[in-house]
Amino acid sequence: MRPYGYVRANDVQGAVATLAEAPNAAYLAGGTNLVDLMKLGVVQPDLLVDVRRLTLERVEDLDDGGLRIGAAVPNSDLAADRKIRTRYPALSEALLAGASGQLRNLATTGGNLLQRTRCVYWQDTTTPCNKREPGSGCSAIEGHNKHHAILGASAQCVATHPSDMAVALVALDAFVNVQGPDGGRRIPIEELHRLPGDEPQRDTTLEHGELVTSVDLPPLGFLSNSRYRKVRERASYAFALVSVAAALDVEDGVVRDVRIALGGVAHKPWRATKAEEALRGEPIGEANFRVAAEIELEDAEPLRDNAFKVPLARNVITRTLLDLSEER
Amino acid sequence: MDAEVTLKVDGTDYRFVVDTRTTLLDALRERLGITSPKKGCDHGQCGACTILLDGRRANSCLALAVAYDGSEIVTAEGLAQNGELHPMQRAFVEHDGYQCGYCTPGQIVSAVGMLEEVKAGWPSHVTGDLNVEEVVLDDDEIRERMSGNLCRCAAYANIVPAIREVSGR
Repeated sequence: MRPYGYVRANDVQGAVATLAEAPNAAYLAGGTNLVDLMKLGVVQPDLLVDVRRLTLERVEDLDDGGLRIGAAVPNSDLAADRKIRTRYPALSEALLAGASGQLRNLATTGGNLLQRTRCVYWQDTTTPCNKREPGSGCSAIEGHNKHHAILGASAQCVATHPSDMAVALVALDAFVNVQGPDGGRRIPIEELHRLPGDEPQRDTTLEHGELVTSVDLPPLGFLSNSRYRKVRERASYAFALVSVAAALDVEDGVVRDVRIALGGVAHKPWRATKAEEALRGEPIGEANFRVAAEIELEDAEPLRDNAFKVPLARNVITRTLLDLSEER
Repeated sequence: MDAEVTLKVDGTDYRFVVDTRTTLLDALRERLGITSPKKGCDHGQCGACTILLDGRRANSCLALAVAYDGSEIVTAEGLAQNGELHPMQRAFVEHDGYQCGYCTPGQIVSAVGMLEEVKAGWPSHVTGDLNVEEVVLDDDEIRERMSGNLCRCAAYANIVPAIREVSGR
């Protein structure tokens, strides 16, 4: 590992100012992803700014009836939080479906949002990768791409976003609060992560120096009727092949409102807006759910090894919406 | 870059200087001679390095020592008190919960931390009702909650009963 400096800032402003002045610095929180990538030589910061103890470490009520999750809240505490379990169950389920007990104790909310892809070529510094080394090429497009994207990819990059938590937060319409050198801003979570386009080295829309300080959940009552369903290659402790977070609001057998997001299929958590539009005002039921899923997946462009993700995503969307219909 | 770090490990205070690249795992093993946390994968995938870090189980291979200055750590060898094995250690012996033994200290520390999580009412991926007041730790729950500890000898069939016994079920 290349030598680097380490500072623990006294407050958020200090951390942001320190990082903003150092072009090759990185924030350190739980470290479960960053330290691993530094060992692999994939990421080589020359300065770590430790922010683990700087931001809010609690889940707080907001005046509007929503919740604010501090960026430093460990994944394990967030999953177990009674308010989250009751009012936003998809978020608890997503967190519990990710990583292991030990890792969830270390990993933070902010860090989970900003974790990097598990594309094996990106993690292997001996192979070309446009995300790691822009312009060097993509090894996955013609390589082993079973775990790669079927939606929103580009000729530059077919990596997927690995977070379970972020998929749930997208379905729950969360907002991400960040502090930067020029002040704070509040980002709809759908606008935090980005598609690869011709800048696959950029995972998010954050500017250098911007620090996630908290995540806000909106006070939408029907989000208590939400689920997270994840399909993976073993029963536990594996990244998603495909996952779905959904929330459903039904009145008299008709879909009044719905939120659907997919994991494991794109460079960002994929908000299934086409499926949502197709469902609003329609009667609930397997046939309608399946048609809506198929509408969303019409744009899918599977690679050599991952065509299975298209029917898998369709089935998991359908099953999850059926579960939510029955639970009402 | 070097940094001074203070740690309390298995009841003993230590103050020493480390390179900022040093993980807690390497600090424990190479600097303090505490070798019960094992280096398996060194990437957070196997759980052999599991310690209790300020009371919670954690992968010491992914935690930088400098970032946990002032922390209190318990390793497998610190679980025994006054020469008496911890009940979890005794259960692993009685149930033969290992073959080569390399993953065992991590398994035992992880199991001890896991039972505290159950006591705190934390649900898991296999808990049917998220809002349950008290988790019933059946074998599926044990397997799910221990999935971060791999055993290449596949002693799982004996690890599960060992943990079940200590859980009091």
